[in-house]
Amino acid sequence: MEIVLALGIGALAGSGVWLVLRPRTFQVIIGLSLLSYAVNLFIIAMGRLTREAPPVLTARAPGDPAQLADPLPQALVLTAIVISFATTALFLVVLLASRGLTGTDHVDGREPDA
Amino acid sequence: MTALADHLIIAPVVLPLLAGAAMLAFGGDGRRRVSSAINVTSTLALAGIALALLLACDASPAGMLGVYRLGDWPAPFAIVLVADRLSTLMLLLTSLLATAAVVFSLARWHRAGAHFHSLFQFLLTGLNGTFLTGDLFNLFVFFELLLAASYGLALHGSGPARVRAGLHYVVVNLAASLLFLIGVSLIYGVSGTLNMADLAARIPAIRPEDRALLETGAGLLGIAFLVKAGMWPLCLWLPATYAAASPPVASVFAILTKVGAYVVLRLWLLLFGDGAGSSAQLGSDWLLVGGLATVAFGAICTLASQDMPRLAASSVLVSSGTVLAATGMAQVDITGGVLFYMVSSTLGIGALFLLIELIERGREPGADVIAVTREVYGEDFDSEGEVEVVGLVVPATMGMLGIAFIGCGLVIAGLPPLSGFIAKVALLGAALSPPAASEGASVPVASWVLLIVVIVSGLAALIAITRAGIRTFWASPDRVVPDVQLVEVAPVAALLLLCVIQTTHAGPIMRFMESAAQSLHAPGDYVRGVLGTPVLPRAPQGSGR
Repeated sequence: MEIVLALGIGALAGSGVWLVLRPRTFQVIIGLSLLSYAVNLFIIAMGRLTREAPPVLTARAPGDPAQLADPLPQALVLTAIVISFATTALFLVVLLASRGLTGTDHVDGREPDA
Repeated sequence: MTALADHLIIAPVVLPLLAGAAMLAFGGDGRRRVSSAINVTSTLALAGIALALLLACDASPAGMLGVYRLGDWPAPFAIVLVADRLSTLMLLLTSLLATAAVVFSLARWHRAGAHFHSLFQFLLTGLNGTFLTGDLFNLFVFFELLLAASYGLALHGSGPARVRAGLHYVVVNLAASLLFLIGVSLIYGVSGTLNMADLAARIPAIRPEDRALLETGAGLLGIAFLVKAGMWPLCLWLPATYAAASPPVASVFAILTKVGAYVVLRLWLLLFGDGAGSSAQLGSDWLLVGGLATVAFGAICTLASQDMPRLAASSVLVSSGTVLAATGMAQVDITGGVLFYMVSSTLGIGALFLLIELIERGREPGADVIAVTREVYGEDFDSEGEVEVVGLVVPATMGMLGIAFIGCGLVIAGLPPLSGFIAKVALLGAALSPPAASEGASVPVASWVLLIVVIVSGLAALIAITRAGIRTFWASPDRVVPDVQLVEVAPVAALLLLCVIQTTHAGPIMRFMESAAQSLHAPGDYVRGVLGTPVLPRAPQGSGR
């Protein structure tokens, strides 16, 4: 499972970086989204990979840490998802404003001189 | 301490949040008068609270006012807010600058776009939270809050130039935030904690085979903050964004680069101080070299800038570069000088951003470019028919603006008699007399390089500011006296007055900075203060709800 997750994160991050470096704003926003997926998966992985392990203790039973998932990265990832969703939406607005004001979707606001 | 004073620590976060929300509900763009009143009141109250916290902090033993446990959970398990000398100093600096900017904006700029006042308060929430929090992930949350508000404010007033610069600003900061997250999760994966004090206590015990991961995480975290602080080569977005932002916003943004510098000071000295085992002083060379490169780059930018907003934006780079390089020296005395310099240069640059708009108002767009052309091609290309006037009367407004401009120039270039000079003397004096020098050891090369770079950058700033001043105040043939209101001059004057106060009361202020630096370099009190907070038996309503 580790190798699958690692490959997945790598593919997402690689495509994300490539897209962020492209000259069109739409490519940049997709790239940033892919990067944030990669980062979210990475945060989960940092809490160690577990299968079928609940993150909460059952009532009145002494918990064995080995049988439990780390709840903190899950909480972090929820926060990170919300924040990156909000900032991506905000970027989308700036992107549209830029498209409207400059008449081009190039990140520099003007077409490069061919 | 009374219960109310206990809760004062969280007030700098809660008050602007509530004020911002209240403005959305009651003020809005239809009733700007209400919003303005709420904004000014809240910002002034913040300044008062910050001053009270700072004084209380300085009076309390070990320089720590207290640890505020959100939800009353004990420290390593939940988020804490910590008020010590450095964080209350940053709170006070922020609120003073914010007061000046918001009063300035009342004349006209707050009408240039939607929800200026709410965004302004949310920015303050984020800033204050960043300075107070004692938790790494909470730092991320407050950081994002202030960035989200700053995206809105950078675009305030709209227009193609702002949107184009804002687009780059948003992308760069989003990418930096992702690096921040990777760094935080790596550190958590290795150490199992996010509480800064707990982290500092655990780092010496980290196994050698895990250190590489820890240091990678810290490095990524560092990059995220250095982007914010504008270290070369991560700073290329900064001049365009700051020059394009509307003046009150640019003035507040002068503190945003200092957020990066603050986090470096706080985290780096806390986590990788002398007690960190083999990771001690991790990356200090990078800080020093990067900071020096930033100063050099900023100085070249100041000389090359053809208009005044760019000149001010380049001074931001010089200022944050100096702070980073001097922090990288990692000596107590130098850090004290750094704090003094940070306050003085932030106030000076904030005042300059406000002042520039007043000066530029009387000039037609593109006047700077014409002035540059005139310098290159000689004076004679529009001197025909110009009557020589002997003893030209300078209008009072121009005189006032001119004096303020000279004041800003003195602070930024670091010339006597204002605070910039004292700051540089404190900084360089400490750099040239390291503790080892008393036993006959020579001054390290790094200190000499720092001395030369800082002095030369001051000269560059002086040349650029003098040139801009002559061009605007003396050599401008098509001079129209700008229409300036009292509420616009007053904030600039107040900021400069603060610099004067910093000069006349340099003794006590410097003593405060030195004690702040000492507690930063000996974080034992901080760690004990956070982790050792006794769990008080309290009534169920507890604190933090």
